[in-house]
Amino acid sequence: MSDYSASSDHVPAGAMQEISNHPRSLLAMGDLDVHRLGEILTLTQEFRSVLRRPIPKVPALRGKTIANCFFEDSTRTRCSFELAAKRLSADVITLTEKGSSLSKSESLRDTVRTLECMGVDGFVVRHHASGVPARIAAWVDHPVINGGDGAHEHPTQALVDLATLIEKWGSLAGARVLIVGDVAHSRVARSNVTAFTLAGASVSVCAPPTLLPPGIEGWPVTVSEDLDAEIPEADVVYLLRMQQERIVDDPVVPSLCEYARGFGFTEERARSLHSEAVVMHPGPMNRGVEIAASVADLPISLVEKQVSNGVAVRMAVLYLFFAGIP
Amino acid sequence: MSVTVVRNGQVCSSTGVVNADLVIEGEYISSLVEPGTPVEAAAHVFDASGCLLLPGLVDMHVHLREPGDEEAEDIRSGCAAAVAGGFTDIVAMPNTHPPQDSVGVVEFVREAAARAGLCRVHPAGCVTRARAGKELAGIRELAEAGVVIFTDDGDPVRDSRIMRRALEYVGFLGGLVADHCEDTQLTDGAQMNEGEVSGWLGLAGWPSVAEEIFVARDILLAEYTGSRVHLQHLSTAGAVRLVRDAKARGVMVSAEVTPHHLMLTDEKATEYDPVFKVNPPLRTAADRAAVRLGLADGTIDIVATDHAPHTPENKEEWTEARCGMLGLETALPLVWDLHRKGDLTLERLVDAMSSRPAHLAGLEPRGPLAAGQRADLCVFDMEHEWVVDPSGFHGKSRNTPYEGMTCTGRVRYTFVDGRPVFHADEKVGENKRPGRTAFLVEEGVASEGPTPRMPGRKK
Amino acid sequence: MFTKGHSLGCCFWPGALVARCPRLSRQRTGTVLRIAPRSVCLDARKGGSVKAQGEAAACVLDSDDMRRAVSRIAHEVVDRNRGAEGLVLVGIHTRGVPLSARIAEEIAKIEGVRPSQGSVDTAFYRDDVGLPPRVPTGPTSVPVPLSGAHVILVDDVLFTGRSVRAALTAVWDFGRPLSVQLAVLVDRGHRELPIQADYVGRDLATERNETVKVRVTEIDGFDRVDVLSPHRGVLFE
Repeated sequence: MSDYSASSDHVPAGAMQEISNHPRSLLAMGDLDVHRLGEILTLTQEFRSVLRRPIPKVPALRGKTIANCFFEDSTRTRCSFELAAKRLSADVITLTEKGSSLSKSESLRDTVRTLECMGVDGFVVRHHASGVPARIAAWVDHPVINGGDGAHEHPTQALVDLATLIEKWGSLAGARVLIVGDVAHSRVARSNVTAFTLAGASVSVCAPPTLLPPGIEGWPVTVSEDLDAEIPEADVVYLLRMQQERIVDDPVVPSLCEYARGFGFTEERARSLHSEAVVMHPGPMNRGVEIAASVADLPISLVEKQVSNGVAVRMAVLYLFFAGIP
Repeated sequence: MSVTVVRNGQVCSSTGVVNADLVIEGEYISSLVEPGTPVEAAAHVFDASGCLLLPGLVDMHVHLREPGDEEAEDIRSGCAAAVAGGFTDIVAMPNTHPPQDSVGVVEFVREAAARAGLCRVHPAGCVTRARAGKELAGIRELAEAGVVIFTDDGDPVRDSRIMRRALEYVGFLGGLVADHCEDTQLTDGAQMNEGEVSGWLGLAGWPSVAEEIFVARDILLAEYTGSRVHLQHLSTAGAVRLVRDAKARGVMVSAEVTPHHLMLTDEKATEYDPVFKVNPPLRTAADRAAVRLGLADGTIDIVATDHAPHTPENKEEWTEARCGMLGLETALPLVWDLHRKGDLTLERLVDAMSSRPAHLAGLEPRGPLAAGQRADLCVFDMEHEWVVDPSGFHGKSRNTPYEGMTCTGRVRYTFVDGRPVFHADEKVGENKRPGRTAFLVEEGVASEGPTPRMPGRKK
Repeated sequence: MFTKGHSLGCCFWPGALVARCPRLSRQRTGTVLRIAPRSVCLDARKGGSVKAQGEAAACVLDSDDMRRAVSRIAHEVVDRNRGAEGLVLVGIHTRGVPLSARIAEEIAKIEGVRPSQGSVDTAFYRDDVGLPPRVPTGPTSVPVPLSGAHVILVDDVLFTGRSVRAALTAVWDFGRPLSVQLAVLVDRGHRELPIQADYVGRDLATERNETVKVRVTEIDGFDRVDVLSPHRGVLFE
């Protein structure tokens, strides 16, 4: 491999493959094309091995400062991003709703601009309202990674899910993915539909009509209301959370009990899976609602793998989007 | 009495559009003459070459925000925005703080407008006390104070029994109930039109049926009680269809549409820029086509801007943002564009923006310009191309959805009671006395006119 | 096929002074061999051109030269380290890896003991701020423990020294070796850091704007080292 020199602008032939130009921020899965997706998956593999080393750290983002703006609380995703940044030797500031002056109603724009003035090089944003990372990306001059916005998108979760499946099977071309549950209010569902379709899988969706978003006929998915007919055909059953709070505001289902009966992943349904099929869930699980307690811990469940891939995938995303900042 | 001549324009007269010079004496149009006819004692001359002279526009739906929300707009700045848009009369919505449900507040608004000395402001009254929807407001006293339009705008009149009583009572006193049609039980937490776009963006939707349910209810109640009803800011194809059928049956229903529902669709929400957040929301292309057709064929009687100024803090991020867009300064150029494209006749345009709202709001009748009419004029430069730049707006706020858009056609002058209250090259601001003109034309040397005073005001 | 004396086949001017992939040392002999502009240097086996139009390519090491260089390096390593005990050969991606494998093979032939092998990719360790991020071309894996070991870093070309510095940082994350030595196939000068190679296959004096292109059978299908230069015409000094 030819040596490189910072002082020469001539990139020597045979240098490591450069990463293609990409949009500055990762706001939605649609911001990634197949090529970039491949880069992220390759990097994830590298970072997985970094994490197994005695000193699981690389200096790739040394000197960079990342602001984790978690305006909606989430221990799991927040810790995952924080750990990922630290493993890349970046400096991390974490903001949560309670700690920030947002609770004193300082404007969102002022908050992020203040951070930028302090020298933050990039943002990871999570918010309970759809579209906030997009607004922040319009206000700041640095990359923004969407850590989950309202019911809109959660691109890094979809990447974790994709990486978990690719690690298991090598490819998703032709695989049949079945997404079950509250698609209307799920940002994970939206990101995953894009991600799985991009990876070559075909996606079906199963939920009562009250939990399907308007316009789903225009999505690249097939819609079904009969879960028992769909499960034997599926290679991946992806379960979405069904929350009690959802029913309190709006009677989308009469009760969680009824939901569990019609759409919960029971032991019986688990038995009707074909031998190679797997079950996934973005977490945290409501055992007894969308997934029976006994099923959650079976070997067919990839949930723990999903969790363990979280840091490596986020390291790949942070590296890809933040390493090039001068 | 001062004599003013507006030369070289094309006048919307009762015989159609004619090339004529218009002579104003005092507060009234004295005559329409051949272009170039010398006029004696013409103290002020205005050049209207390339312009269309329209009767002054009337907007039946404006939020002036004062009292209570003066940071976004106040009566003076709202009137400045109105005259910059060619409006000589506006109806001020009553969702102020305190609301316009008592004579005291109504008088306050009227007097503030008179002090501003720009356009006329006709405050609307609340239907229910404090707009709480529980009991009727003091309708008679408001009517006696000159209020014609009654609305709880911002909110619908939710209780059908109250709506029925309001229709009966207000009608009996000669007023008009205007309803903001929205079934709020279906729109709880809604952020934008419910449809394909909202489904993908993950924003809770406003289903079109929520508007149509109340449109249907109000039509049926008006029919049943034999009274008039006015439906505000219609936005869906279903609503237009209901009104069309109702009119065919003879129900006394009138309807309005905003320029933004004539121009924009819910696709605008894709960037999550809250400048596009409004109630009722921007709808689909099919809905937009339906309301355009409705305006063109008269199903929708008038254009009303629903001018809704907001401070930048209230338009920062979509889900927390307040609903509403500016409308006064861009309304006529946008509706003019529909005319230019052949979707709207000039007769219908003048009717929708001037004559008919004047009629509905209980104002002096106005229509094609003729001698003897009050000199409320909008002089509209038909060819002037300009780019919408909110920093040049005359109102206080900047939340326009048309920033950067190129428009053809712009108001050059506005006259109220024969006084020029707006001149396109001068900013109507605090440091300028209203109605001041400094304008030179080849005929006479214009002098600074006397500072106009509202009648009855001491020096 | 590339043989002595006819290394570049059709690439040379007929009658030009040909050396067996000469050491291009301007300071010493003053003779520099260049290819006529726009001639295409054909790889007889692959049938494709090996350089871009307008570039001149000079072969400086053919496959035999490379074989001998590897063998000599292996001998020197064994000699200096008194055997193969405790040696860990770590190849720097991309082409340092197959080279380190060859050296390990040679050492196995000499000593009968094959040293441990590892590889390192410097993608995450570079010192350049502002350049776009790069995907590693191969895994980083180093046999641990490194304490008590002598690490021999192997790279194809030593130029500014920055790759080696990055590789050193990477190796350091795996432990604390007794020593780190550096073996390179080609040392082309222009160091920007105080780094030197302990074992050198060939010294090459090059211009800054030239490129040294190393090809190895394991990756490219054949063995060859070229110097690519943007100059045109034949220069004689």
